[in-house]
Amino acid sequence: MTLIAAASETATASLLVQNLIILVLSGFVGYAVISKVPNTLHTPLMSGTNAIHGIVVLGGLLLLAEGADLGTGTQIILFVALLFGAINVVGGFVVTDRMLEMFKQKPKELVEADEPEVSK
Amino acid sequence: MTLASFLTDTNFKTVLYMVAFAMFIYGLSGLTGPKTAVRGNRIAAAGMVIAVVTTLLVGDFNNVVLIVAGLVVGTAIAVPAAQKVKMTAMPQMVALFNGVGGGAVALIAWAEFRSTEAFGLEPTYVAIFSIFSAIIGSVSFWGSNVAFAKLQELIDGKPRTLGKLQLPAQVLTLGGAIGYGVAIIAGADNELFIVGLLVAAGVFGLLLVLPIGGADMPVVISLLNAFTGLAAAAAGVSLNNPALIVAGMIVGASGTILTQQMAVAMNRTITSVIVGGFGGSVEAAAGATGAGGGTVRSTSASDVAIQMAYARQVVVVPGYGMAVSQAQHAVREMAKLLEAKGVEVKYAIHPVAGRMPGHMNVLLAEADVPYEQLKEMDDINGEFPRTDVSIVIGANDVTNPDARTKADSPIYGMPILNVDESQSIIVLKRSMSSGYAGIDNPLFVNPKTSMLFGDAKGSITEVTEELKAL
Repeated sequence: MTLIAAASETATASLLVQNLIILVLSGFVGYAVISKVPNTLHTPLMSGTNAIHGIVVLGGLLLLAEGADLGTGTQIILFVALLFGAINVVGGFVVTDRMLEMFKQKPKELVEADEPEVSK
Repeated sequence: MTLASFLTDTNFKTVLYMVAFAMFIYGLSGLTGPKTAVRGNRIAAAGMVIAVVTTLLVGDFNNVVLIVAGLVVGTAIAVPAAQKVKMTAMPQMVALFNGVGGGAVALIAWAEFRSTEAFGLEPTYVAIFSIFSAIIGSVSFWGSNVAFAKLQELIDGKPRTLGKLQLPAQVLTLGGAIGYGVAIIAGADNELFIVGLLVAAGVFGLLLVLPIGGADMPVVISLLNAFTGLAAAAAGVSLNNPALIVAGMIVGASGTILTQQMAVAMNRTITSVIVGGFGGSVEAAAGATGAGGGTVRSTSASDVAIQMAYARQVVVVPGYGMAVSQAQHAVREMAKLLEAKGVEVKYAIHPVAGRMPGHMNVLLAEADVPYEQLKEMDDINGEFPRTDVSIVIGANDVTNPDARTKADSPIYGMPILNVDESQSIIVLKRSMSSGYAGIDNPLFVNPKTSMLFGDAKGSITEVTEELKAL
């Protein structure tokens, strides 16, 4: 019995250590990738990273999908969490896309072709 | 091995998560250049789809209706909101999306508390990381909502404090939240503890952002964005989900750098932003300066048009005034006419002009201003002495020469655009009121300066009409 308990404790500890390694390394990756962004792209960048932390939606998904006998209260809480997370992700990416579309250089012909439609 | 058991295999899922966060990182690195940014954002979004699908690969699938409903309703709310929002309202939209993300993290921690008998079924570290994510998530949710309300002008943008009670109240609420957290980790299993924690952290979030003035809001939103990232990473550790850890931590790291850069550009430290708005010390300084000696010269649209039409180089200095009056398209029209007359037009972008770093770039890009004409502060500052006309559109504090010369000015030391070095200056302004910092700007009484009073869009349109007539 004690052997099994000790083994499971070791497994828990190594899981924690693995997760901490991922945590620390991704911190450095974030730093390396982001510190090169020009000022002009800071708003879209903030918006883009904002969309990415919408990944919390996974937390809601995971707990709901795996939860066989959650009480109604927990289900409601998780539903709201899922809703919030989905708004964060979807809204974040759409807004960022809209902002960035404006930075794209339009080909000359395209702009001219567009103009009659705009002026109608 | 059957297909179903292969799909729900932990190792297979981990590989898919790896694909997802590789796409986040690759996508984000695309966001560092204007040409690759759109693609980068879409790659990150595709990574998100993979992460969501992977998460749903569980053997025993429960609550299907709730999951589908949550995703569908969330998308149905978010897409129209994101598509309809005006470019000027973008900062508060980001604040709002950030807030709901923080709220989601906090709620997930609450649900975990309920479904694991107050973390009694989990190792201690799970409780610690969940408590951390609950506190930060709740702070981020309520703080972002205040930021939204301030920028949307639902509440007054001015700093609001409890006076001497402010600091004790902040200490009390944050301390309370941490206290509840420690109790839960130590084994308290009454639900009132987690609810108390969320409420205390939420009140702390309100107290944190309410005293901060509108001018500092970009720094606050960026900080809360980083907070939500860290909270998501903590939730990832407690849920043992690598995609959450990686994505959350990348946002936490990048958000912290961005916040730092913004604060530096405003000559503020993150601490001084948090401790409170420009507040009392500035009022004293402004009072000492008085209304400022010197006379203000006002000018007319036709004079402005003539002055610019015969210039070799015109530098446009946009600020929040341009955003408020939606003048970016009018500005672009005016610039096109000037270019047709052989005038070189450039745009000087201060890193914190507007309400967010890059705010001006987004607005000008919306109006199809070529990316190459947008100059960052360090690139354009050397050019002002060679510039015939600088036209300042609703910018104030970022052009205030006091920041260079007047050691007792509250903005002393802040890097500014050296507009006062150009041959002549035209300032478009609604009135003689001061900027967000609430201090006088000697640029306005500079003999080289003439003021064109009125709404920025109206003024620019008038100038454009005059240019056409020339």
